[in-house]
Order: sequence, then structure tokens, then C-alpha cells
Amino acid sequence: MIEARGLTKRYGPVAAVDNLSFRVLPGRVTGFLGQNGSGKSTTMRLIMGLDRPDAGRATIGGRSYRDLRWPLREVGAVLDARAFHPGRTAYGHLAALAVSNQIPRRRVEEVLSQVGLADVAGRRAGKFSLGMAQRLSIAAALLGDPGVLLLDEPLNGLDPDGIRWIRGLVRSLAGQGRAVLLSSHLISELAQTAEHLVVIAHGQLLADTGLAELTSGGQSLEQAFFDLTEVGA
Amino acid sequence: MTAIATRQPVATAGRVRLADAVRMEWLKLKTLRSSRWLALITVAGVIGIGLAVLTYYPGHYAHMNAASKASFDPTNQGFTGMVLGQLTAGIAGVLMMTSEFSSGSIRATLAAVPRRRMLLAAKALVLAVTVLLIGEVTGLITFLIGQYVVLQSVPVHASLAQAAPLRAVLMIGAYLPLMALLGLGLGAMIRHTAGAISALVGLVFALTTIFAVLPASILHAYGRYLPMVIAENSLSAVKPDPYSLSPWAGFLLLCGYVAAALLGAAWLSRRDA
Repeated sequence: MIEARGLTKRYGPVAAVDNLSFRVLPGRVTGFLGQNGSGKSTTMRLIMGLDRPDAGRATIGGRSYRDLRWPLREVGAVLDARAFHPGRTAYGHLAALAVSNQIPRRRVEEVLSQVGLADVAGRRAGKFSLGMAQRLSIAAALLGDPGVLLLDEPLNGLDPDGIRWIRGLVRSLAGQGRAVLLSSHLISELAQTAEHLVVIAHGQLLADTGLAELTSGGQSLEQAFFDLTEVGA
Repeated sequence: MTAIATRQPVATAGRVRLADAVRMEWLKLKTLRSSRWLALITVAGVIGIGLAVLTYYPGHYAHMNAASKASFDPTNQGFTGMVLGQLTAGIAGVLMMTSEFSSGSIRATLAAVPRRRMLLAAKALVLAVTVLLIGEVTGLITFLIGQYVVLQSVPVHASLAQAAPLRAVLMIGAYLPLMALLGLGLGAMIRHTAGAISALVGLVFALTTIFAVLPASILHAYGRYLPMVIAENSLSAVKPDPYSLSPWAGFLLLCGYVAAALLGAAWLSRRDA
């Protein structure tokens, strides 16, 4: 489970994330919805410990990310498609990550097949298309078979086949009892994939509720989102 | 919540330790083409330049006056190529850190090893051991081939059976990992390749060049503390230079510079990545 409590991050006078509290529970896909620049990526970076919050705390299973025993076996994250050295092969990138968390080497081959990169495992990742880079990042996230997944705009750069694949993957990961936080600015995508939604604008929480509740008035998620953001603005 | 298939909790035994981070960094260093190129340029450069200088000297030696002949240090002359080697080793250290930030791989690295000082320590260990090995082997080869070349035409040469040349060869070999670690520390503090390489070149070359045009009194008083001067006049010198530090004093001062750079990097490691 991911828990954010009073999470705040300021850049100068601007609060990118402003006193944000929510939970991501296991066994379901939690959609993280907000406009570009609303603070989704910053929140993910705070959860991962890449940035330090000015106030509040984010924990995973009760611990800060930096206090996890075997981070890759507990959390898988796709924060940005290109999170690898362009000169290293896909296999080399994953093998180095695996060894750091004592993950068996066979997992590297398994996740490469799972994301459809087995044939290009020996190619330098810098030559990859955006879609392939995205698949490599997903492979890295799945490497340690983690119970928590953070996926920041994982659909970027994927073709229709890829988008359908991610949709199925994300649902099955949640179905296996994992906690999945899936951010997107694509409302229609989250309407199809997420069961629960955390909606933010200007770094503040607007809604933390089930998809069904949000659209209970018979309106579309898109309409519900704009109703929320206009009230919040 | 409805009943869901619950997953087995992850093994709670143990945790990521420095040894795990070291294995990761070693694999990362090994799987990059750029590391092999830098190693090759360093080895070829140090040996090649040293040989070129020693091949030129014998012809020159015949025309030297007695004082120059007396101060001719065939060990030291053979290591002229360290001027290049210190740069390539330093750049290797810079890139080990800054390439993570420029490529974005730092996010994957910190996801795997979130303890930043542990990561820095792992990088420093892998870099130091690898470059020390390269430095010592390169130093020995440079010396042995170099003295063979010198011996062909000059009555003066050095041998590893003598304490001073042996000490000089081992110390100058260790100069390369020290410069690599200096680069790593600068890279970790500055996080940008161009900025960190500029700082490295500034500290090693530019400062030395500036000192060279200052009045002799200043050069003689403070020049001895410059890394490049320490390498040339202290570490690899068999015949002591009156204005320079002793080999051990120079070596320890260099270690101090490196420690300062790495401590600075550790101090700044908690910044947003």
C-alpha cells in the first residue's frame, strides 16, 4: 500500500504538490488523474524518494522508499520512458538492476519476453523507439515481481497494440493483488482501466473516490473531471 | 474491499547492501563501450607518450651539460604521458556519475539503490579498484619498456630493483585512480558532464598553466600543491626537486583533495535527483 500524508513540495513560491493525502490500496488500479503540470509526476517522484518533500511523508507499506529492504522487489516504477544509459543493451540495463537487489538472472529474460523485447535484448537501448523504451522501463518495473507499481503516463509513445497490452497488463497486475497507481492525463484511458481515482489540480486533492461514485450521476468521467476542476479552480 | 488474491509478502530477510551496489556498478561499468574506450586511450596514451619522450631523449642527452645530465631522471621522463592519462581517468570518473543524470538512468539506479551515499561509495570502490589496476599495470609496462629504450643509448637508466624507482612507478600508477575519484566527486557535485569536466580541467590544467606565468617566488611557494605538479615532481620523481613536496607528502595531499571532493559529493547527495 502507498500512503501519502500531507505531502507538500514547493518550487520557489509555487506549491507543485500541496498538502496531498491519499492511499493506493492493493488489488485495484488507482487512476491518478490531473492536467499536465498538476503535480502527478512530482508526487510520484516524492513517493520514490527522488525529491524530498517540504512537508508530509509518503510511505510504501509503512516505510519511506529509501528504507525499503529490497526496493525493486517491493516497488516497480515507470517514471519516465528513458531511464537507462543509451550505450547499454536492454539486457545489460536489466541485469545490472537485477544484481543490485539479488533478483535471479532468469527474471531478466522473463520480463524481456513479457514486454516483447526478447528479440532486441542485445541491442543498445539508445537506438530504441519511444515505444520500445517504454516497454524496457516496464520490464525494469516488473523485474522484482513487486507488490506495488507506480506507472507515470506509461501509454506515452505506445501504438494502439501497446496501449491495449498495457491496459490488460495493468488490470492483471491489480488482479493478482498488487497496488497499482496509474497516472494519466487521458481521461478516457483511466475510465477504462481504473476502478478508483485520485484527482488532483494545482497539487491539491480534488477527489479520492471510486470511478462508479464519480460518474454516478450518469455523466461521463470527462464531464465529472471538468466539474471537479472548475469548482477547484 | 472485496476478497482478492493476496500475494506472498516479499522476503524480509536481508536488505540491499554495499556489496550488492558494488556488483551493480561493476556490471554497469563493464557493459559500456565508453569505459573500454577510455581505458584503451589511457593505457595507449601513457605508454605511447612515455616511449616517444624516452626515444627522443638519448639523442638529446649527448648534448646536455653536466648539471642536466646529473638531474636527468629516466623514471620520471617516462611518465610524461600521465598528462593525458590524468585527464582520461578523471573524465571516466566524471562520466560514471554525470551520464546517469544526462541519460535519466539515475532514476532506475536510485530506484534500485535509494541510499545515495551507499551508491556513491559503490561507484567510488568500483572505479578506484578498476583504475588502480589499469594504472599500476600501465605504469609497470611504461617503465619496463621505457628503461629498455633508454638503455639502448644512454648510460643512465633505472631499475625496479632500486627502491626509489619502484616507489615512483607504484605511486604514479595510483595517481590515475586518484584523478578518477576526483572526477567522480566533481561529477557527483556538479551533475553535468560539461560543467564537471570543466572543473576537472580547471583544477588540473588551468591552475597549473596560470601558476606557470606567475612570478617564480609564488610558483616556488605554492606550485608544489597543484595536483599535476605533485604527479610530476613528487610521485614519479626519483631525484627530488627542491621546490616540491616529498613523494609521500604529495601522495597524502592528493588523497586529501580526493577525500574533500568525495565528502563534498556525499554532503550534497540528498538533493533532488
